[in-house]
Amino acid sequence: MELAIISGKGGTGKSSIAAAFATMGSNVILADCDVDAANLYLLFNPPHDEEEVFTGSYKAVVDQENCTLCRQCIDYCRFDAIAMVNNQINISEASCDGCFLCSRICPEQAIEMIQHDKSRMYTGSFRDGRMVYGWLAPGEENSGKLVNLIREKVKKLAQQNGLSHIIIDGPPGTGCPVISTITGTDKVLIVTEPGISGLSDLKRTVELVQGFKYPAMVLINKYDLNPEMTSRIEVFCDTVWIPVVGKLAFDPQMTEAMLNCKSIVEWKPKSETSKALNRIWKTILNF
Amino acid sequence: MIKSKHHIIAIASGKGGTGKTFVATNLFHALKETGENVMLIDCDAEAPNALAFFDSRQADCIEVTQQVPVIDSAKCTFCGKCHEYCAYNAIFILPSLEIIKVIEDLCHACGACLVACKYDAITQKSVTLGQVSLNSINENVNLIEARTKIGVMTPVLVIKAAIRQIDHRNNIVILDSPPGTSCPFIHTVAAADYVVLVTEPTPFGLSDLKRSVETLKQMNKPFGVIVNRAGIGNNEVYDYLESEGIELLLEIPFDKEIARICSNGGMVVNHNPALKHQLLKLEQKITDKHGIGHHQR
Repeated sequence: MELAIISGKGGTGKSSIAAAFATMGSNVILADCDVDAANLYLLFNPPHDEEEVFTGSYKAVVDQENCTLCRQCIDYCRFDAIAMVNNQINISEASCDGCFLCSRICPEQAIEMIQHDKSRMYTGSFRDGRMVYGWLAPGEENSGKLVNLIREKVKKLAQQNGLSHIIIDGPPGTGCPVISTITGTDKVLIVTEPGISGLSDLKRTVELVQGFKYPAMVLINKYDLNPEMTSRIEVFCDTVWIPVVGKLAFDPQMTEAMLNCKSIVEWKPKSETSKALNRIWKTILNF
Repeated sequence: MIKSKHHIIAIASGKGGTGKTFVATNLFHALKETGENVMLIDCDAEAPNALAFFDSRQADCIEVTQQVPVIDSAKCTFCGKCHEYCAYNAIFILPSLEIIKVIEDLCHACGACLVACKYDAITQKSVTLGQVSLNSINENVNLIEARTKIGVMTPVLVIKAAIRQIDHRNNIVILDSPPGTSCPFIHTVAAADYVVLVTEPTPFGLSDLKRSVETLKQMNKPFGVIVNRAGIGNNEVYDYLESEGIELLLEIPFDKEIARICSNGGMVVNHNPALKHQLLKLEQKITDKHGIGHHQR
């Protein structure tokens, strides 16, 4: 089974929940696809068995010696990335989308495309198994390509090591990286929190998931912080035919576990939260 | 000090869920209560929430579109030049079967294929990426929301369109930034004069804070840090701030009451005068130190 854990909004507890599922001794391999803010490795601190360079987008660079200031590149660029600054053609790295058009149309061939190679994909082992995670260099476009690579790698490792369950810790939002995370998975778990923001993000996430017709489930984290909003979320889930597979109470031991680089199941195996997570995992497996 | 130009503050954080929207909305509300001309722009276009905290009226809504190619297969000679020019694999071509298709989800609307085609076979059409809504709480537009259509590749164009709506009559503009440190974050903070990073004192919070700090340093943006939910974690965030010489702007203790008010869509500053005072003081400090007067000198 391949399970993707997502949430419209960050900070709902996706990573802590993924970590709990991964440490129940249940034949699991982990993938951290929140490449923009990978966190799971902090709990598991896996030595890097493998480090692979991820080459991301290209950026245009001007050779000022050959540039004749004809300005054609400025006219053609649709990303407002090129401008004349101090009588020189200046290309903003942040705005450049790497489309190659300026380098193709430049009559002097004074523009070169340079590929970024600072992003990485790591594979490592931790106490209960193996994990793969990505590290996207700041400012890189999070297009979902690195997410796809991580998922391919995890599938290969799962096959090689005979691991039957893949758990994916997903990125926030409703854009490309999330779509890459859920495409082709068996099950999607949406983690939400009771609140006006949580509900609005949940609605967007449900719209995304149902657009792709994935079997989705909802887990309400910290449900006791606002019981009325929890009921509103439950009613919403009912009306869109998405089952709520469980609720977790606010538990400071979740943070304590994180501070000690452990999952809640490792830190306090007998706690109510751990018991609930065990039940939820079984429900997910049978879903 | 004469404020001749607006001062833009971005509220950001590497990690989601640290309390960006909580800080942005409460700072906005507190300033508005003092009679200040202030505008809030929700730039978290993939999960916009700020609007839910206010009773507002929509004054206008702008569609954000991009131009994607349409290929006329009657004019197409299947030469493959457009496919070669497309850096995003958005043009699918099988010359032997005379099949050519634009995969709109992959298209970045760069226009390279139009330049490539020598047979006049490519035209364009508008595709919606999202909306920018202009809202007013009293009379003037002071609350702007960027909202991408679900599944759109990148929110950057929608965010940029929202930032273009900044009304110069406002003295202070607050940008509620998207999470992460990739393009959406960069384009938001690039428009700001000062960045407030909101973090929480946990290993996850610290790790994401470090990424944001690295990025802001590369961009030469002045910034400071608010530690939210103080007391739930450990001291590592404080040690990091001290060793890096980063200003700790404010600590907001973890409080179930704050969580409850926020989750119901309420304004914490209405119930917590101390926090209101601290946020106003914080804004004053930022404006004095990094504000308009500072830049003009």
